Amino acid sequence: MDLTRFRQESEVLRHSSRTRPGRAALTLLVAALLALFLLFVTVPVASLFLRISPEAFFRSLAEPVVLDALSLSLVTATISTVIVVVFGTPLALVNARHDYRGRDIVDTLTDLPIVLPPAVAGIALLMAFGRRGVVGQYLDVFGIHIAFTTVTVVLAQVFVASPFYIRQAKASFEAVDRLYEDAARTLGASPWTVALRITVPLAWGGLISGAILSFARALGEFGATIMFAGNFQGKTQTMPLAIYTTMQGDLDAAISLAIILVVISFAVIAAVKVVTRRKF
Amino acid sequence: MLSLHAVRQLRDFALDVTLSVGRGETLVLIGENGAGKSTVLNLISGILTPDRGEITLGERTLFSDEKGIDVPAEDRNIGHLFQSYALFPHMTVAENVAFGLRCRRVPKPEIARSVTEQLAAMRLADLANVNVGRLSGGQRQRVALARALVLEPELLLLDEPLAAVDMRAKGAMRKELREQIRDAGIPCIVVTHTLRDVLELADRICLLDEGRVAADGAPEEVLGMRENGFIASFTER
Repeated sequence: MDLTRFRQESEVLRHSSRTRPGRAALTLLVAALLALFLLFVTVPVASLFLRISPEAFFRSLAEPVVLDALSLSLVTATISTVIVVVFGTPLALVNARHDYRGRDIVDTLTDLPIVLPPAVAGIALLMAFGRRGVVGQYLDVFGIHIAFTTVTVVLAQVFVASPFYIRQAKASFEAVDRLYEDAARTLGASPWTVALRITVPLAWGGLISGAILSFARALGEFGATIMFAGNFQGKTQTMPLAIYTTMQGDLDAAISLAIILVVISFAVIAAVKVVTRRKF
Repeated sequence: MLSLHAVRQLRDFALDVTLSVGRGETLVLIGENGAGKSTVLNLISGILTPDRGEITLGERTLFSDEKGIDVPAEDRNIGHLFQSYALFPHMTVAENVAFGLRCRRVPKPEIARSVTEQLAAMRLADLANVNVGRLSGGQRQRVALARALVLEPELLLLDEPLAAVDMRAKGAMRKELREQIRDAGIPCIVVTHTLRDVLELADRICLLDEGRVAADGAPEEVLGMRENGFIASFTER
């Protein structure tokens, strides 16, 4: 079919469907569904803010349970993100650029924590690193007791948050045109220099947004932490655990913590948007 | 002087090329799309590895399967200009030109001096701090050439050096390019699809056909082979 005829026909089609009353109904239906969905998401979040007065919010912020959880969460999520980035970046780069036997297996294993239920992750970590765990019993011999310490919080967070960074990093590295790397090599750059000066800077936006997502996931970690790390204020009680604990008594504290997490979540979305928009 | 014998299995055929380029000589590679022209350049600069063969540049053996030598691309000191120029998009013009010198750990003041000189010589001084995304095709070509020449390479490989330059600027750019190749005084291989490039730049022509050298000789000699289908259509264009 030649292009002009095609255009004419599509014009006719569009015109006829515009006049049909079915189209107006369809538009209305889609709009209604959209509005319903938006309400479903926003009403609960808004309710958090409506159920607490600003005074109560700020009063709760001074509660030790809230402060402990806030600082513990920020510290552990930051440490976890750093660990994920340090170990995940080389892994993502190797898997994006080199084909080797077993690469698919490595990819699948790194993705595993995304689909694994957090409760499964928690008990799995416990079986590995707990006092009588597969690895834990040897650590015990050396006098290293990590069970129910802040270390376990970090382990749980790294476990569940790592795929978010590694997947994103790998995709960003794959998106870098190899031509730049080839050109750099002909100019005298060693593979190490190519990675540091060319590949990583060109993938930068993706790496940062991956790290932010990973941080957000670590911050929200609940299931694996409560099973593996326990729920001790100041040691393993992160913000989600503190919400769970305080909502049984001091609802204001629970809501305050939730509000802080909501604010951080919005900041994460905004940060990812800003970072990924920056293009050369 | 460069001498090359390289065999490599490509998807559709086996590339098997033997050629040599003398000091100060410009060899122009012509042939159909997919005949293996760019592959030959990649084999020489070390981006691709031959299955068999030997590549020597001056006194150095860059590749030899028999002797088990394969000098990595970063140590070959060959200037390779890609068709799209591959300027680093996250760097300014000056940073692009300085890149190779920084890789060689040249002291900073010396880098600054070399880059300034090179940019001035190629009329790019005003653009030193401009991000390469804002350059025209002709400016990109000059930056890519400056980036390669500042390293004083022993061989220059140019893949369609004028393809991304706008029509109006092409003639002047071609003359300029010829001057720069002559000034560098090193062997040079140019891949091109245009007869004008051949006439202006070639000391010698090599015609590739499905990975093999179909003709190699003086321009008038090779371009006179009207019985060859490619040459016939090439010279008519």
